[in-house]
Amino acid sequence: MIRFDAVSKRFPNGTTAVHDLTLEFPEGGITVLVGSSGCGKTTTLRMINRMVEPTSGTIRLGGRDVLEQDAAELRRGIGYVIQQSGLFPHRTVLDNIATVPLLLGWGRRKARTRAAELLETVGLTAEAGKRYPHQLSGGQQQRVGVARALAADPPVLLMDEPFGAVDPVVRTQLQDELLRLQKELNKTIAFVTHDIDEAVRLGDRIAVFRTGGHLVQCASPAELLARPADGFVADFLGAERELKLLSLTTLAEVPVERARVVREGEPAPRADGGPYLVVSAGNEPLGWLDPEPGGSGVPVPVRPLRDTDSLLAALNESIASPTGLIARVDAKGVLTGVTARETIHEHAGRSHREASKGTAEAAAPPEAATPPGAGTSTGPTRGGAV
Amino acid sequence: MTFEWGWISDHEGDLATLTLSHLQAALTAVLLGLLISLPLAVLAHRVRPLRGFLLGLSNVLFTIPSIAVFVLLLPVSGLTRTTTVIGLTIYTLVVLLRNTVEGLDSVPAKAREAAIAMGTGPLRTLLTVELPLALPVIMAGVRIATVMSISLVSVATYIGDGGLGQLFTDGFQRDFPTPVAVGVVLTLLLALVADTLLVAVQYVLTPWRRQPGRAGRQARPARGSA
Repeated sequence: MIRFDAVSKRFPNGTTAVHDLTLEFPEGGITVLVGSSGCGKTTTLRMINRMVEPTSGTIRLGGRDVLEQDAAELRRGIGYVIQQSGLFPHRTVLDNIATVPLLLGWGRRKARTRAAELLETVGLTAEAGKRYPHQLSGGQQQRVGVARALAADPPVLLMDEPFGAVDPVVRTQLQDELLRLQKELNKTIAFVTHDIDEAVRLGDRIAVFRTGGHLVQCASPAELLARPADGFVADFLGAERELKLLSLTTLAEVPVERARVVREGEPAPRADGGPYLVVSAGNEPLGWLDPEPGGSGVPVPVRPLRDTDSLLAALNESIASPTGLIARVDAKGVLTGVTARETIHEHAGRSHREASKGTAEAAAPPEAATPPGAGTSTGPTRGGAV
Repeated sequence: MTFEWGWISDHEGDLATLTLSHLQAALTAVLLGLLISLPLAVLAHRVRPLRGFLLGLSNVLFTIPSIAVFVLLLPVSGLTRTTTVIGLTIYTLVVLLRNTVEGLDSVPAKAREAAIAMGTGPLRTLLTVELPLALPVIMAGVRIATVMSISLVSVATYIGDGGLGQLFTDGFQRDFPTPVAVGVVLTLLLALVADTLLVAVQYVLTPWRRQPGRAGRQARPARGSA
């Protein structure tokens, strides 16, 4: 969808922002550009809609060189979301969202109707549409920013650290919302962040940049975490990258064992070696009960996990569980069984070994003299079994 | 030497004519000043090297004594209203140009960036995003320039114009204080009324500034950090 071919950008003061970049942003996917500040990721993003023009190389959008198109027209066809939303303080939320439709000549009525529709899409009330941006919270402003970018239904979205200025709780909500929207809309998204956790959470592919505008590695999150191309990428991914990898693998393939259960309100069974899982009449796990003499007699709360939850969540729960067991439930919350800490651990190790091994052609050369270009990886995808 | 109230009613017509003429000179100067300042300010804002030069020039023009300005203009426009208005316009530039440049500076960079990134052309960005957001600072300049011009019109009495200023020379020449006092009061009233009207205009033009911010509203569950 978007393709960079040997693109370089040097600024008049002599600094090289982007160095010989060849990269593809696959259609309908989220490609995250990460790296510390000054690594050229924002410049790369801004070259797509010609806010910055490349010194050399070509950038094609849907097969057409962006430099051959009228800049304003090109931009109207590309959604743009920036940090602190960049909303117009003097226009109401509704009019902010209607900006591009109005530029495209839809007429005020149609533009406003569309804007009202989008308010709902991003989870805001119709009443918020009449307000001015400064009357909204940071998280709400960011939602408006996304709605404004989606207004004319562009196939491509550019997002420059869109959630950088909101607190962690709101950021997680906004990330979830984006993933939910993306499932419906299938936009081609270029997303810039310096937060590797955000990149792993959102990206279908992650491109890691190094200072001087060098692309070091571009791969799926699982492949990146399992096989960083070099020490720089490994450092950037952080000391917990193995755990991050677990966050990408679900529990689906981890076997379930039978649980020792006792119904809520029924007498506790005899002490015969180990706690019981207390379940409700509907067979939903409530807590762990230890009938041993040393036990308190009060169930320890349990946080049941579904097959779609990650291995990381399972590991986390198994640490907190007094028995080392996690309770597994189906989509309705009904108990399906338990899994032991050892099983989770063993499965985590195996999935990591498999990911690290990879397939021969997917493995990035460790000394990546030239950055691995787009399409070289066929590694596992986000959320899949690794 | 007492105040003669009767003089006012005897000269009602003259006073109205002088007041109108006074106001007209001042307002024309401010409007012309604004027309000159806007393009120059956009230029000074866009082309950094020009900024110091243009702002410096407006400062220098402001320091030329008013009598000198009128004398210099005499060969060009003679003893006319045009001379008065040109002189006054030159003086408004010092405030209008600076405030318009500062108003444009005050436009949030993110708002400008967003406008351009969404495909708004440069002129449309200027007219629909930058100028509206710069309006509060520009209007502050317009208010100062207006009050300043209203007080300065009297100086044009030297060239036979000067609106209410003529009351001062009249009173001075005849050693008769009533017209002087009336002139002062009318000038003050004119400035006060003009300023109030400008505040009202700004209120109407900037609806977004009338809404209380988040802090001004009832407490509710915090959802963001901003």
